[in-house]
Amino acid sequence: MTTTLPAYDEVVARYEPVIGLETHVELGTNTKMFCGCPTDFGGEPNTRVCPVCLGLPGSLPVANSAAIEATIRIGLALNCSIAQWCRFARKNYFYPDMPKNFQISQYDEPLCVDGYLDVEVNGETVRIGIERVHLEEDTGKTLHVGGATGRIHGATESLVDYNRAGIPLVEIVTKPIPGTAALAPDVARAYVTELRDVLRSLGVSDVRMEEGSLRCDVNTSLNLPGEEWGTRTETKNVNSLRSVERAVRSEMLRQASVLDAGGRITQETRHFHEDTGDTTPGRSKETATDYRYFPEPDLVPLAPDPAWVAELKAALPELPRLHRRRLQQAWGLSDLDMQSVLNAGAVELIEATVAAGATPAAARKWWLGELSRRANETGVELADIGATPAQVAELQGLVDAGKLNDKMARTVLEGVVAGEGSPTEIMTNRGLEVVSDTGALTAAVDEAIAANPAIADKIRSGKVAAAGALVGAVMKTTRGQADAKTVRDLILERLGA
Amino acid sequence: MTDVTAMTATQIAGLVAAGETSAVEVTQAHLDRIAAVDEQVRAFLHVDTEGALAAARDVDARRAAGEELGPLAGVPVAVKDVLTTRGVPTTVGSKILEGWRPPYDSTIVQRLRAAGTVMLGKTNMDEFAMGSSTEYSAYGATRNPWDTDRIPGGSGGGSAAALAAYEAPLAIGSDTGGSIRQPGAVTGTVGAKPTYGGTSRYGLVAFSSSLDTPGPCARTVLDAALLHAAIGGHDPRDSTSIPAPVPDVVAAAKLGATGDLGGVRLGIVTEFGGEGAEPGVMAAFNEAVDTLTKLGAEIVEISCPHFQYALPAYYLIAPSECSSNLARFDGVRFGLRVGDDGNRSLEEVMSLTREAGFGPEVKRRIMLGTYALSSGYYDAYYGQAQKVRTLITRDFTAAFERVDALISPTTPFVAFPLGARTSDPYQMYLADLFTIPTNLYGGPGISVPCGLSEGLPVGLQVMAPTMADDRMYRVAAALESAVGTLTPPAL
Repeated sequence: MTTTLPAYDEVVARYEPVIGLETHVELGTNTKMFCGCPTDFGGEPNTRVCPVCLGLPGSLPVANSAAIEATIRIGLALNCSIAQWCRFARKNYFYPDMPKNFQISQYDEPLCVDGYLDVEVNGETVRIGIERVHLEEDTGKTLHVGGATGRIHGATESLVDYNRAGIPLVEIVTKPIPGTAALAPDVARAYVTELRDVLRSLGVSDVRMEEGSLRCDVNTSLNLPGEEWGTRTETKNVNSLRSVERAVRSEMLRQASVLDAGGRITQETRHFHEDTGDTTPGRSKETATDYRYFPEPDLVPLAPDPAWVAELKAALPELPRLHRRRLQQAWGLSDLDMQSVLNAGAVELIEATVAAGATPAAARKWWLGELSRRANETGVELADIGATPAQVAELQGLVDAGKLNDKMARTVLEGVVAGEGSPTEIMTNRGLEVVSDTGALTAAVDEAIAANPAIADKIRSGKVAAAGALVGAVMKTTRGQADAKTVRDLILERLGA
Repeated sequence: MTDVTAMTATQIAGLVAAGETSAVEVTQAHLDRIAAVDEQVRAFLHVDTEGALAAARDVDARRAAGEELGPLAGVPVAVKDVLTTRGVPTTVGSKILEGWRPPYDSTIVQRLRAAGTVMLGKTNMDEFAMGSSTEYSAYGATRNPWDTDRIPGGSGGGSAAALAAYEAPLAIGSDTGGSIRQPGAVTGTVGAKPTYGGTSRYGLVAFSSSLDTPGPCARTVLDAALLHAAIGGHDPRDSTSIPAPVPDVVAAAKLGATGDLGGVRLGIVTEFGGEGAEPGVMAAFNEAVDTLTKLGAEIVEISCPHFQYALPAYYLIAPSECSSNLARFDGVRFGLRVGDDGNRSLEEVMSLTREAGFGPEVKRRIMLGTYALSSGYYDAYYGQAQKVRTLITRDFTAAFERVDALISPTTPFVAFPLGARTSDPYQMYLADLFTIPTNLYGGPGISVPCGLSEGLPVGLQVMAPTMADDRMYRVAAALESAVGTLTPPAL
């Protein structure tokens, strides 16, 4: 089916979007949610399993207290109220990658409720309401072999890997977000970005969207101004920040075209496709399973001690937004400059480089300049470029000490990125140190003056600009290992200019 | 030496400890007894001859090496097939687990091994512990040693019959609505349901998680107490396990055996009188009440007005939990798999497996529970039943402010003929009329023989407050000291 989609500007002129986001975060605990199996990524299929996470008859879950603590910390960071008493619930449905054919989750008694997260979009602060934060277990993974679609229908064989079954999973659900108009896709992206940074600052998850440790479902609906909210769709499989933005936009356009044609939006789950940026229908919610939730009788209720919750709250790290604001002031950056640091993903890197002794300006110069350029060229994340903040600070230290000039420092940095060692080692190994021994340098200068008497005369007569030619000659004889300014000063001094 | 199979666990352990016999000899004698009579009784689904003799040899070796062993070392025990046993078939009386050998031991079985007991094998039960006669076992009914044309009770009829047939001196059962106590009553043996959380459910194949309680079965109250002490106590693998020591049930049984109940107040539940029980059962019960009075107990009548709703509440809560607990039996990871011929979808295979693997009573309860948990019905059924459960708990709490323990007949009728109640589920459910309230409350209950009716055993139930299991052992042991143990006719 091909339909011509309306222009985005027209859509937001006619309709008001309401969005909502459900985010699943795999916690970085050492062990699974309800058993002692390790949670490390990878591993041969079905090697990180035990009777509990395989759902063998007779086995029983015991809740992982580290996961409960992490969830409460997330709730506190998102300004939620922490339940004084709550329970796990069973969500019942049959699926082969779910060992017990029910998922231990939370239903009407989540651990954390009613919070918010402030995010910045185009310099404006938008407050996103948080409905709930709850704890559950992940399922295994099914691989459907044969069949055209890779889906369960039509497959000739289904293989199941339970290594991921039972990994602790936190679900964070926003309240509906109305009133964002044309900015809806940006708000969605900004929210997930901010949430990711919060989770990272808490150290509760490695929040890698590409590995699925942070997953997003995006709810979207459109309504005419002044009318009730429209029917929403839930878009799954949104696995990058860019996709969050694209999925909202794509679904707004699709829904608008349906509504423009006099159609109805079906309440359904849709799948996002990274390649096309489109969504396609999945399971229809109107015929969805009745999950028959009921309190999990194998687990005792959770009753976090309020004093303990207060301790956790007091020990929360500075939240990324406030942290960034403080850094911006300390570094003396304009909003625009700070934005470019953020866009480059360089905040923590610069911060660490400054902590290792560099000035903010120098740290920013290296990370946003040479290193960002190389990261872009090679297509890796800046953080994975191969140079550490400590190395960058060391490099700058060598420059400040006059041991490296700018050009040489870039060469040394290449060596650092190539893994040749520390800047000092590379400088020594490559024989790159600035010639600062004035005796040797004076000899080279005198040699250059003697070899170019005409130019020397010009300088003596006041044409100081001519010194450049002699500097070039000295740099050549010292193979670039002299500091150009020192050479120039020396030439002028020798010629009395 | 007289036949060890006629001895109590306490006697056997004494002989083994004194070196007058060995664990291997004791075990062999019981294996011989099983070989001789189990064709008539059908108490066992699996006899682990090799495993039992190996365990017995191990106990003998440890003793020879001078190791200090527990009070039940060398005593054989039969284990209800609801508990996982590493490498030993565990079927839960169902075709859906036929041939499954668990890769792990339940906590109860681990503790039995640690105590030096010798597991003889796995006993028959109603499929998934759903039933009161063992007739719903997918592997055929167990017979009552008192009359092999009659039922041995259920769901733990295999464990109770093994005791009554002298195939084992000790057995493990599990009690969700009466599955330890009612078989104990109708076979003339002792069966105790501990406080919920007092014995670990880890490795107990779940029927109804909030009610299931593993517990001891024996021919004497003291033996049951010794077994209770060996298997009970906190287990970190079971979140609902109580982190407190088991009350001293052995000392209580010994105290009770002195026959003195002076200062003990016992309550008779008004609502359990009347038309509920057979006249013969009531006659035996009333006689036992007189006996308890003579032993010094003070008897009062106590109204527990919500007990009348216990049966309907139970038949919403237990099936609801079972509908979820039994979802994992789908042919994907273990047990039976039907229809996997390369042409059928995964969903069809799951469906065919469950269709073929579950018996009619299990399906009935899954259907009931699925309905009761459905959106739109949840509040009216499951939610309402939980409220009733709270009211029943309050009845117990109020009663225990006035008395130390409650007493009643264990079950309304003596062992009925095979087939008498299978066509009407409700008639079968009535067998647990007096035992179910305790499960809903979570407290302990014990059934002890109190006499005969029409030549068949009648049990008296003692119900105590949660974590006061010792009280019921004291009362039961006192009654036993006056009434004596019951001996069935020779097989």
